[in-house]
Amino acid sequence: MKNILGLFVALLLGVFIILALDTSASFPEFGDIDLTERVSDEYLDGNNIDDVGSANIVTAIVVGYRGFDTLGEVTVLFISALGVALVFGGVPNKQNRLDLKFKPNFMLKTGSKIIFGFILVTSLYIIFHGHLSPGGGFPGGAMIASAILLLYLSDDKFRSNVKGFKLLEGIAGSLFVIIGLLGLVFATYFLQNFLPAGTVGEILSAGIIPIIYVLIGLKVGSEISGIVDNFLTEGESV
Amino acid sequence: MTMTLFDVVSTFIGVLLIAIAFLALNSNKLIRAVLYLSALSMLTVVAFVLMKAPDVAVTEAVIGSGLVTALFVFTLLSVKRRETK
Amino acid sequence: MIQYAAIILFVFGIYGLLTNRNIIKMIISLNIMEVGLFIFIISIGFSYDGIAPIITSASGSGLIYVDPLPQALVLTAIVIGVGTTALALAIAKSIHNKYNTFNLDEMEEEL
Repeated sequence: MKNILGLFVALLLGVFIILALDTSASFPEFGDIDLTERVSDEYLDGNNIDDVGSANIVTAIVVGYRGFDTLGEVTVLFISALGVALVFGGVPNKQNRLDLKFKPNFMLKTGSKIIFGFILVTSLYIIFHGHLSPGGGFPGGAMIASAILLLYLSDDKFRSNVKGFKLLEGIAGSLFVIIGLLGLVFATYFLQNFLPAGTVGEILSAGIIPIIYVLIGLKVGSEISGIVDNFLTEGESV
Repeated sequence: MTMTLFDVVSTFIGVLLIAIAFLALNSNKLIRAVLYLSALSMLTVVAFVLMKAPDVAVTEAVIGSGLVTALFVFTLLSVKRRETK
Repeated sequence: MIQYAAIILFVFGIYGLLTNRNIIKMIISLNIMEVGLFIFIISIGFSYDGIAPIITSASGSGLIYVDPLPQALVLTAIVIGVGTTALALAIAKSIHNKYNTFNLDEMEEEL
């Protein structure tokens, strides 16, 4: 009975969404959009691209135009990492690792130590080229976290240096805000690009955008690594 | 009206997405539902690449099908271990 | 077509949230809903003859790009998604510590 009611409500919602979007005149047909009547026309304008200096326009929006939004978003991630740490007991020196179901053998241990380096280099490449190619701080930081996850999986006794992660995260977050405040000092508004934009497509271009994206990458990487560590270490029994 | 290659591929991806979501919601074992969710994320990456969003595709590939699945599996593992004690 | 698939995924997520009594299943439904929403938001910015919004040396003027703004929004939303999922799983684990079950009905019996 409950399932049928749930199915009815869900179907009603789906039909309602499709009908509402179908009859709305302002909702565009799929694949047939008019960019000139949208905000993005300004982002894709040739002069504005030269002013910002970032070849990847998504990066220009995330870090440049909407940098304050990204600051808030990184804060949300920090608060959720804090919440995970709080729920799992928050005892700082808990040593009991979660047992994996299998015994890692020699090949797995050595192989994952070699692959760890490759993943780390790839993630750093993605982070540093965030303003030139697809990628950037968010996927690069998540890649750092998955490299740490590989080390956890390949060794039963492994614990990363959690205090170092916390320190790195704090430093990266503070530097983000400090760079924003420097924009207020050297230019007119918070997070303004006060460094020269340079030529589009070079590694040293786009002013503060690559610097901030590197900081975001370090912050996201250390936060998600902290979450993984919390999940893999048993808290004191409550 | 002719079907272009994009239409064919996107229809295929859409049908697969719906089928895998249905399997994820209706599987009896929790671990199977988690793995179907991982497959759903991987197919979403293909959809993002089709719609010319490489940044989002990279992010979803790393996070959606890697880290989130790992977190789910760790939760289930730690719980199983306590039950067997 | 892919927009309809996105809406159907969203509806599946709502259905799962309403009918499942297992906490892990509810979090999975939430994730399915999230995925549908991401596909839908990206599909709003898609254009058939657009290219990915990255300037290369070959690109002059007169090229059509897809809308980069929805992509920027989804990029941040995915990272928020992993944060919320991790928090939800942590709470589910601590619930299991107390009641020894993931099922809401069995929890009610113990109360």
